[in-house]
Amino acid sequence: MDFFFIITSLLKIVGILFVVILPMVSYAVYAERRVSAFIQDRLGPNRVGPAGLFQPIADMFKLLLKEDFTPRAANTFYYWLAPCLAVMPAIITIAVVPFGSTLFGVPMVIADVNVGILFVFAIASLGVYGIVIGGWASNSKYPFLGGIRSSAQMLSYELSLGLAVVPVFMVVGNLRLTSVVLYQIGHGWFIAPFVGDWMNPWKWLLAVPMLISFFVFMIAVFAETNRLPFDLPEAEQELAGGYNTEYSSMKFALYFLGEYAAMITGSAVIVTLFFGGWHFPGIPDGSHGWIFGLINIAVFFTKVAAVIFVFMWVRWTLPRFRYDQLMRLGWLFFFEIALVNIFLVAAILPYSSRL
Amino acid sequence: MPFTVREIESPDPVTRVAAADAALHLESDDIGEKMVLNMGPSHPATHGVLRLVLELDGEIITKATPDIGFLHRGNEKIAENMQYNQFVPYTDRLDYLAPLSNNVAYALAVEKLMGWEIPPRGKAIRNICCETSRISSHLLGLGSMALDLGAMTVFLYTFTEREKLYNLFELLTGARFTTSYTRVGGQIRDLPERFIPQLKKFLDDFEPSLNECDRLLTRNKIFVDRTKDIGVISKDRAIAYALSGPILRGSGIEHDLRRKHPYLDYDNYDFDVVIGSAGDCYDRYLVRIEEMRQSVRILRQVIDKLPDGPINVADWKNMTPPKSRVMTKMEELIHHFIVVTEGLDAPPGEVYFAAENPKGELGFYINSRGGGVPYRLKIRAPSFVNLSILPELLPGCMVSDVPAVLGSLDFVMGECDR
Repeated sequence: MDFFFIITSLLKIVGILFVVILPMVSYAVYAERRVSAFIQDRLGPNRVGPAGLFQPIADMFKLLLKEDFTPRAANTFYYWLAPCLAVMPAIITIAVVPFGSTLFGVPMVIADVNVGILFVFAIASLGVYGIVIGGWASNSKYPFLGGIRSSAQMLSYELSLGLAVVPVFMVVGNLRLTSVVLYQIGHGWFIAPFVGDWMNPWKWLLAVPMLISFFVFMIAVFAETNRLPFDLPEAEQELAGGYNTEYSSMKFALYFLGEYAAMITGSAVIVTLFFGGWHFPGIPDGSHGWIFGLINIAVFFTKVAAVIFVFMWVRWTLPRFRYDQLMRLGWLFFFEIALVNIFLVAAILPYSSRL
Repeated sequence: MPFTVREIESPDPVTRVAAADAALHLESDDIGEKMVLNMGPSHPATHGVLRLVLELDGEIITKATPDIGFLHRGNEKIAENMQYNQFVPYTDRLDYLAPLSNNVAYALAVEKLMGWEIPPRGKAIRNICCETSRISSHLLGLGSMALDLGAMTVFLYTFTEREKLYNLFELLTGARFTTSYTRVGGQIRDLPERFIPQLKKFLDDFEPSLNECDRLLTRNKIFVDRTKDIGVISKDRAIAYALSGPILRGSGIEHDLRRKHPYLDYDNYDFDVVIGSAGDCYDRYLVRIEEMRQSVRILRQVIDKLPDGPINVADWKNMTPPKSRVMTKMEELIHHFIVVTEGLDAPPGEVYFAAENPKGELGFYINSRGGGVPYRLKIRAPSFVNLSILPELLPGCMVSDVPAVLGSLDFVMGECDR
């Protein structure tokens, strides 16, 4: 625990939070609007600055200057606490995700803990409290219904989320997220194992359950981040905004931030688990020079951006599920698939190391 | 005192007190574990100012009470104080998503009173008006239903098409929204030269675009799950509640006024009356999609057969004569003066005329005692009648089904509240 470690960790935290996550959230909102406009034959925001690039800043000022209203009937303490609870877990989760190889010999992960994925689940499941408490503390009926929906939804999909990644760790044999990336560098990405002994047919057979894993995980992340088709807690047309109906100004913005931060974190975890993290075939890691370290980081965030694009694409294409259909889908379909998938991997695993 | 649904429902203090008094003697009115949710009058899913008082058991609705009248303007009373032609702009504001077909229905009702039959070209133009506004209204119904279920993109696709239609309306009438196109005995102007080519172009572009929306929704698993077997209206109930339009046909009853009581030239054109089978939200959605295709079919036939000739009834005593004659001939000048100041001279009597509007049967009952002003004008608004089934339809549904049901009923509060 030397001085150098503390300084670099602090730098990484500040860098990731203020240079990467927060701007990425604001520009994810901008991207969402542009992507939706692209899908819907519109232009989207293009007035503020070149191609509307300053729109997020204008939005931020707008939200800051709005009246910060607290309903009289609300439970003030929890009403104020809830937005913070919504945004916090999403940002903390990123701590264990390796977003690059090394830069000047410093590993590009804030906390390389050996229980990485458990940490992700532990913190991410806290995200539900922000919504439930927000819905309850508003003391209003629509937010209340939103809060109930959210708790049921998140609890059900937490299971599929957890079970879906078990195969990954069965193959890797380690919960540390950096080892997942290192394994994929050696043996190819889980979705497309092109590196290493990629001629091994068992490797490709293993890609099938990995693909199932990936889909279940991806869908569960959709549900966890309350994105359409799973945005029941918000459900604009049913609950008039759901849990955030009574919120205004920066408190509302924090919910917004939390949703997008959760989406970014979810995408980062997906990329790490299934798409080889910062690795791209042919690009060496940071020990070969700082420029490669930077390229690795760029590769990682490009992949994250691609996954986020899929999130947006789905949102603007599909209608929304109903509460009971969502639960049925979660418990009777994804849960079973994820469970069977674990056995499938266990059956393939003994053979895949042969040949 | 128990907190009751009754208390929320009651419109004024007198009935509220009476209701509270009654509630004291009625134990079953205590809602206990249930929650009363007030949906509307400003809620994204209620398409205007419909208010629903829902009694919820969890997310399941046990009782639904629609509350209407937030957009009441007293149109029927207003009609009693103005000449027949002056009421035309008010018909724009009934079903404001299909103003042209309201104009036509009203004009036809008054013409029935007058005993007039307008020339073939006038009829053909009115056919075009009705069918284009049917497409426009159904597009909005389809788009907003999809929007309520979370598929916002379809909504914007349909709006792109509606934009083209509105350009056509602007070309035809000079206004995009409040068209006021018809007069008793005809139209204010003939089709502009560019209208028919533009309409043809629209029809050619429209079908692929409709198919696109069709592909996005019709076999979409989520959309089907959300609409199938939701809000089922059986044949009996549909008839019992006097439903009309796509909702009635969605329940499998082949009733279309264009076919049953042909008006304009509808008996000269080939089209199918589209009917559903199950009577659920999905069927009503399918009926609307197919009706738009039938409208396109009718429009193509109208364009092919479009006759030449006058568009208005040539009764200069009751119609405003053409300006060229007013300026040159004494008699026409006098007629013009009389028609403008006193209105047309309607015979005494009662008529009821109903047209198949996009939302259903829009009827006008006119009680005339002679002269230029109706003694009583009653509007049979399809949205009003169609909404009457809500208290029976909603219980048993979930809160999430409310947007689907409301979207599939496709009502307009301007017409419902009048």
